[in-house]
Amino acid sequence: MIEVKNISKWFDGVQVLHDISAVFETGKTNLIIGQSGSGKTVLLKCLVGLLHPEEGEIYYDDACLNTMNSEQRKQLRMDIGMLFQGSALFDNETVLGNVIFPLKMFSPLSHAEQLERAHFCIERVGLKNADSKYPSEISGGMQKRVAIARAIALNPKYLFCDEPNSGLDPKTSIMIDELLSDITHEYGITTVINTHDMNSVLGIGEHIIFINKGHCDWTGDDRSIYHSHSQPLNDFVFASRLFKEVKKYMERDSAGV
Amino acid sequence: MAQVFRRPDKWRVFFSQLVFEINKLGVDSIPLVVIISIFIGAVIAIQMTINIVSPLIPSYSTGLATREILLLEFSSTMMCLILAGKVGSNISSEIGTMRVTEQIDAMEIMGINSANFIVLPKVIGFVLFVPVLCVLSMFVGLWGGWLVARFTDMLTVENYVFGIQSFFNEWYVWYGIIKTVVFAYIIATVAAFYGYYVDGGSLEVGKASTNAVVSSSILILLADVILTKLLLQ
Repeated sequence: MIEVKNISKWFDGVQVLHDISAVFETGKTNLIIGQSGSGKTVLLKCLVGLLHPEEGEIYYDDACLNTMNSEQRKQLRMDIGMLFQGSALFDNETVLGNVIFPLKMFSPLSHAEQLERAHFCIERVGLKNADSKYPSEISGGMQKRVAIARAIALNPKYLFCDEPNSGLDPKTSIMIDELLSDITHEYGITTVINTHDMNSVLGIGEHIIFINKGHCDWTGDDRSIYHSHSQPLNDFVFASRLFKEVKKYMERDSAGV
Repeated sequence: MAQVFRRPDKWRVFFSQLVFEINKLGVDSIPLVVIISIFIGAVIAIQMTINIVSPLIPSYSTGLATREILLLEFSSTMMCLILAGKVGSNISSEIGTMRVTEQIDAMEIMGINSANFIVLPKVIGFVLFVPVLCVLSMFVGLWGGWLVARFTDMLTVENYVFGIQSFFNEWYVWYGIIKTVVFAYIIATVAAFYGYYVDGGSLEVGKASTNAVVSSSILILLADVILTKLLLQ
């Protein structure tokens, strides 16, 4: 479990996160949603320690990130996998080279065992016959899957995903969402996904945190979101005609009409 | 800088990175060094022959002057200024692109000291290999002058060879090598600094690359003056 207590963050005197408190539950897909520029990515980067909030605390299973020394942070980071918005694959490494990289750096396994583990992860994300291809030779969806394979190579306890389906077609997006959801439940990972894709919100949002202008405006799940009274949330999630119809249908359904 | 010069996380990975960087930054520069050195060596020999026309100056002076210019300045300073363009921009743009595409962040998330992992093999690899380039440039430059003697009637091969063997001071070779090691360190660290601290997108990567080449060139010239004063006085 990850717990965030009253964190605030400023950039050049402008406050982008305002006193945010939230809990990210173990074994669930926790979604951070909000409009572009609302502070989602800043919150995510604070969670993984790439940015340091000026106020507040972040706890990983009761261990406070703020007070950890560099060695403790290093140990924690071995338990963290992260999927970046642009995949962040290493250009000069093949698919196999990317996935085996964290194993080479941190795993005590033999080379043969590392290869076996890397192949397992690559197959787990549904990639075959792509081992020797470079990131520039595969599609955006495949790059995301390689990045997921790399992120889970060391069996992380925490998985962070920054807009995992940005730039992907709807079918591939759903496939990535389902893959993340499956991996989360299969390995009991605390997964935190930063997204503004409504299919993800309504499809895999077991625990949702809505960030509006740097404030935590609403928390709930993919069922309770239909009955939220938060106007900014409703304006954001049910902005399209399709999702407005879905909301009406769900409200009628729950009312037994 | 303190983060760069730390003990690598995994020595085996570090050595494979080191070999990769020696190959990319050093071995891949050999064709450029050979082409430039051979032509500059030839041009120096021609210039010396044309300009040294006094009957009071011995005819082997062309070879002697060509050797001194190559050993003292060209194969160290001029070659490193050229390598600042090739290697410096390569290092800066590569690391800068890694920064803007979040590859460095990905390493940090994994718990890797990214500055150490990315920069250290480049600095050590280039510093280790650059003396080879310097000595190669000296030999190839002298050969360029020999080609002028062999295939033109401007000077004789015997006079040229006698000239390059006359009054040879071994220290000048070491002086050139010491200078290239210092210059290589300047090129690699300055370029890595500009690349590592890129903030923005592809435009900033280009600017960082240009700044790296300009800054390292100026620092090389400054270091050249200081080293010449220290080593040759």
